[in-house]
Amino acid sequence: MIRLIDVVKEYPNGTHALNGLSMEIQDGEFVFMVGPSGSGKSTVIKLLIGEVEPSEGRVMVNGFSLRNISERQIPLLRRTVGVIFQDFRLIEHKSVYDNMVFAMRAVGAGPKEIKKRIPYCLNLVGLENKGRRLPSELSGGEQQRVAIARALLNNPDTIIADEPTGNLDPARSLEIMRLLERINALGTTVLVVTHEKDLVNRFDKRVVMLERGRVISDGKGWYGRKLQ
Amino acid sequence: MSKHNIFYFAREGTVNMFSHGFMSFAAVGITVACLLIMGTFTLVAVNANAMLEDMESQNQMLAFVDKSLSEEEARALQRELLAVENVSAVEFISNVEAAEAFRARYEDDELFQGLPDDNFRHRYAVDLADIGRMSQTKAALEAVAGIGPGNVSAYEDEAAGFITIRNVAGVVCAVLIAVLFIVSVFIIANTIKLTTFDRRDEIAIMKMVGATNGFIRWPFVYEGFLLGLFSAVIGFFLQWGLYEAVARGVASNDTINLITVVPFREMWTYVAAIFAAAGMVIGVGGSLSAIRKFLQV
Repeated sequence: MIRLIDVVKEYPNGTHALNGLSMEIQDGEFVFMVGPSGSGKSTVIKLLIGEVEPSEGRVMVNGFSLRNISERQIPLLRRTVGVIFQDFRLIEHKSVYDNMVFAMRAVGAGPKEIKKRIPYCLNLVGLENKGRRLPSELSGGEQQRVAIARALLNNPDTIIADEPTGNLDPARSLEIMRLLERINALGTTVLVVTHEKDLVNRFDKRVVMLERGRVISDGKGWYGRKLQ
Repeated sequence: MSKHNIFYFAREGTVNMFSHGFMSFAAVGITVACLLIMGTFTLVAVNANAMLEDMESQNQMLAFVDKSLSEEEARALQRELLAVENVSAVEFISNVEAAEAFRARYEDDELFQGLPDDNFRHRYAVDLADIGRMSQTKAALEAVAGIGPGNVSAYEDEAAGFITIRNVAGVVCAVLIAVLFIVSVFIIANTIKLTTFDRRDEIAIMKMVGATNGFIRWPFVYEGFLLGLFSAVIGFFLQWGLYEAVARGVASNDTINLITVVPFREMWTYVAAIFAAAGMVIGVGGSLSAIRKFLQV
């Protein structure tokens, strides 16, 4: 579960990114987070993965309290959260399979676990036959699916996708969203940060809209209705 | 740390070192240069110290025996003198031997040739363990019955001079070695920082998926360790070659061949151990310093 209560985030340069933001995401939910540039979406993601600390308020993610979280606990928190980025963040000189091995090794997984988990995750995203390819030999949609598979490797409770379709055409974007929806159906909480109105409107999901560091609307399909 | 992880760190560190061949070559080159400079200064200091010790050993004191004692009685003082603290050896010189030595030294001067043996006193040539305690030892020798106050000659000014030279040389070498060591760590840290910068995306991914700082650090530490070890091995053989060449040069030169060079075979184990330790500390220290910034994500 993700819970933010009256969160204020002020950066050292004086920027107020969040101004008393409160929201809650239950386990197993699928939520879109939308809002204009500078509304605080990126800061929320940074808070949720322990990259920054809140200046005020409380942030709880999968049982971890992020106010004064110790440096030792941050890796443990991140193992419960799979993150997907717009630019995929794959290692170009490693094959798809080795990218996955790299991510599993990083959390100390052994060879047996790796051999079992990677084919499962590649199969889940429909790339079971592309393990030996380099990222540059795949399409944008396929690369994003590799990133999703990688995010799933450590069996996270939550997937956070930061503009996951920003570099994809509409057909591939829809594929990625359907994939995230399928992952959500398996029980994983999914939070998608996006600004693609049409894409959000195709799904009947909860939409949280931010503006100037606050939630200004929260409800199913609200984003689409408000802007029409 | 599991067995899998140890193999993984070793493999990653080795692969990283070869995959950034040019930077590794630069890091090894710079470390070898620093080790050579440090090694050369240290070996110069070792040789200077050896020469000073040799000179110290020649810096004897003379303890003159009371004129009223017979030769037998004078010889009987030997055990008592040896028991004085800081005395490493004593040699009895009878008045006859002293007179002969005196005459031999001034054989061209007729005035000294007729001096009777009785004018000379029995004496002891006293070697000290530490010339830094010459004054105290002189006082202790003068306290021995049969020697007495004012009957011990010591070159205290010369001894103080040796000590000053040795201390100054020691401090200068220590400062130079410390400065070069810090410079080496700084240079290798910057070199490894460049290779780390190349891999900042990999580090960011590792952090993102929940790798601990320790896990991320280990391959870099191993890489630094290997770079330091390679540098130490290369530096050692270059130092050996350089030292032997200088030693041969000194031996063949008529003007400076009085300088005794300590043979390399007498100290190669120390040199190898110090190079290995310094190389590894520089490599690992440089890696740790380089990676620190990239772990703050």
